[in-house]
Amino acid sequence: MTEIKSNAQLDLRGVMCPINFVKTKLKLETLEAGEVLELVLDSGEPIQNVPKSIKEEGHKILEVKKEGDHFRLKVQKG
Amino acid sequence: MTDHFIEDKTTKVNVNLDNIGERVDFNDLKSGGFIKQRQKDLFAVRLRCPGGRMETKKLVEISKIADKYSKKGVVHFSFRQSLEILYVDYKEFRNIVAELEKIGQKVASCGPRVRVPTACGGCEYNPNGLTDTQGMAGMVDQKFFGTPTPHKFKTSFSGCPIDCARTKEMDFGFQGIVEPVWEDPLCTGCTICSEACKEDAIVSDPDTGKPIFDPKKCIFCGDCIRACPTEAWKPKRYGHIVRIGGKHGRHPMEALEVCTFLPDDKVAEAIEKTVEWYNANGKRGERIGNTIKRVGVQKYLDFMEPVFKHGSPVNYLAPGV
Repeated sequence: MTEIKSNAQLDLRGVMCPINFVKTKLKLETLEAGEVLELVLDSGEPIQNVPKSIKEEGHKILEVKKEGDHFRLKVQKG
Repeated sequence: MTDHFIEDKTTKVNVNLDNIGERVDFNDLKSGGFIKQRQKDLFAVRLRCPGGRMETKKLVEISKIADKYSKKGVVHFSFRQSLEILYVDYKEFRNIVAELEKIGQKVASCGPRVRVPTACGGCEYNPNGLTDTQGMAGMVDQKFFGTPTPHKFKTSFSGCPIDCARTKEMDFGFQGIVEPVWEDPLCTGCTICSEACKEDAIVSDPDTGKPIFDPKKCIFCGDCIRACPTEAWKPKRYGHIVRIGGKHGRHPMEALEVCTFLPDDKVAEAIEKTVEWYNANGKRGERIGNTIKRVGVQKYLDFMEPVFKHGSPVNYLAPGV
């Protein structure tokens, strides 16, 4: 599988809901449609909630990797 | 004229309206909605607000009317989502009803009859919502408002298993659910669904990351469907868990689940038939939960079979994976 290149990164470890989603949203606003944001989210509430909200706002989650107690996501702006 | 529909919470004294001078037309008010206060001659006027939703323009007009007729200039948001205008003199009933009528606002109900339904926000704008609870509440209000029953008959609609509208405490409650199905070819083994599932109904295979589903734990909330990035988890069907015989009050009772996945278009029939059964079997002043205890739930289920067969049994398990 070829590596999906990301245009921006955001490390949201330790950032609580819903601030993590708000930060994601603001970062996505700086990108063009089709560009990719790389996110790091804690397990538990953040990974339960943020991906749902990202989908609801019309963006696409291209890749999810579990790395210990956090997740690395690649999100394509819709 | 003595109107027996006026509910007197303090003493059981009927209110004599003969001396008001003008005839009060209680045909429009046949379902009550006037609740006696402690204070002499003053009543709370309960408005009919199904699902607790109201257009802002109407709210502005109601606030003007409330300001005019409430001797203390206060309203109360009732526990069943309806606005109550407090401190209204009964001699003003005719006028306040006429003014409310002009803006399309009806007065609510008291006593032994089908009450105004309550509902959460539902699928229209709540991200957790699975059913159109507001639409349902409006429909039930239109069709069944004020229908006489042996005792009060409260209905409610919750859009998801969080059950904000407390269907477990209603005479007849409907709670939204969704059946999840999973398609292997679309799954990338990302494990988000097992993180999203708060019921531990999904664990991820340690090697492939793909879901291992325990249908006995699934409560049909749809978190897996919403969380899945690749649409491998999909909604198969939506419907309602139907609960009967709950109440709060002095002696609370938890409702019984009598059907799952009842489709939207069978809700009205379920209410109609349940009210019919309640009127045939209930004693005056007996809540339907106690009628069911006395008569037996199986008798009720047999009667409801033509409706509930359109849903699934209460022990239904999703095939899932």
